[in-house]
Amino acid sequence: MAIQAARLRELALSDSGFVFDPMTGHTFTVNPSGLQILRWLKDGAEPEEVAQRLANEFELEPGEDPARDVQDFLMQLHECGFVK
Amino acid sequence: MDKLQATVAVTGMNATDNPAPGVAVARSLRHEPGFAGRVIGLGYDTLDPGFYAEGLLDGGAILPYPSAGREALRDRLHRVRAEMGIDVLLPTLDSELRAVLALAPELEQSGTRTFLPTLDSLERASKTHLPKLGEDGRIAIPPSEPVLSAEAMGKLGGKYGYPLLVKGVYYGATIAHNESDATAAFHRYAAQWGLPIIVQKYIPGEEYNVAALGDGKGNMAGAVAMRKTMLTDKGKGWCGVAIENDKLTEITERVIGALAWRGPLEVEILRDTQSDDYHVIEINPRFPAWIYLSAGAGLNLPYLAVLLALGLPLPHPLPRYRAGTMFVRIAIDQISDLATYEQLSTTGTLRPSRKEVR
Repeated sequence: MAIQAARLRELALSDSGFVFDPMTGHTFTVNPSGLQILRWLKDGAEPEEVAQRLANEFELEPGEDPARDVQDFLMQLHECGFVK
Repeated sequence: MDKLQATVAVTGMNATDNPAPGVAVARSLRHEPGFAGRVIGLGYDTLDPGFYAEGLLDGGAILPYPSAGREALRDRLHRVRAEMGIDVLLPTLDSELRAVLALAPELEQSGTRTFLPTLDSLERASKTHLPKLGEDGRIAIPPSEPVLSAEAMGKLGGKYGYPLLVKGVYYGATIAHNESDATAAFHRYAAQWGLPIIVQKYIPGEEYNVAALGDGKGNMAGAVAMRKTMLTDKGKGWCGVAIENDKLTEITERVIGALAWRGPLEVEILRDTQSDDYHVIEINPRFPAWIYLSAGAGLNLPYLAVLLALGLPLPHPLPRYRAGTMFVRIAIDQISDLATYEQLSTTGTLRPSRKEVR
């Protein structure tokens, strides 16, 4: 999957987790970890690095796999056109 | 800087759930800090809601319906001008453009400026001729054809497949899922707006709208893009959000360049969500009903149109509009005493009350 970094950089992110895509006018909301993932991806981080940071900075539930969480999130971004 | 003192007449004061753009154009002028002139509303019915909007107009007048002919319109406009003074006339309805265009030289001689496309540009932008605009390959346009009979439309159903789009010559579009839908839409639009009916290949995707101004020399004088976020049951935008999308701007510039467009227009653009290709599906030769969003977002296109009509320079650089600015339309009951209705019913004119008549 190829992350459309330029498209992600255009997104307007609010601290509340409200996201506005100025190119299409679509809006969506993300939870705090999703918001942080978006910010890291906007900054150009690769998925592996994002998963590592997620593990370091968020309290994960037992059995939770940050790499899988990131992949799931990327799938959702794919549906929105931010990952091809 | 001195504020602009011109008197601007705006047509299209109808504002039902399928509103004409006139009220939005008048509101845009009122919104503009640089505008200190008067706004005269022109409509076709004594109950056009714009006449009753408090603080919107400095005066108003009823026009003869386009079917009454150009002579009737000319006489009426001259009378209104003599009574109220009109420096700029901004027509906002497709159905009146040709008549105003024909009268424009005469209006200009008597001191009323317009800022309109040439008849040639207008024809080339029409739904009937739109596919030709895409022939050089610079502007993608879905295949479409004008038809004069339901039978001919049925054949196009076989050629393009269903669903397909059936459009009235001036207004209206229906996604027809079968021949029966298409035939019903054909007869409805034929009865409402006459022939031809335009049949367009349906492309699934997301629609965007761009309101823009052409300077008549092939340049774009300003544009605001928007995506409708809520539609009425008539398919009209009830909410929308300003967006910033370079592809939409580029396509609109190409359209304006190809047509050497002079004046306001709205370009409807469809993005094929599968291929990410953009197609121009319609060009409306006027401001859209949502044009107040342009003023609200920071690039007041109706005000720029008045400056261009008067031959005045545009602000340089043009202000950037704010993507993310929304409009949310509202249906409210306006309260009025009988005086406005009485004036319009008995004299066809709403006397200026806010400021002195010149």
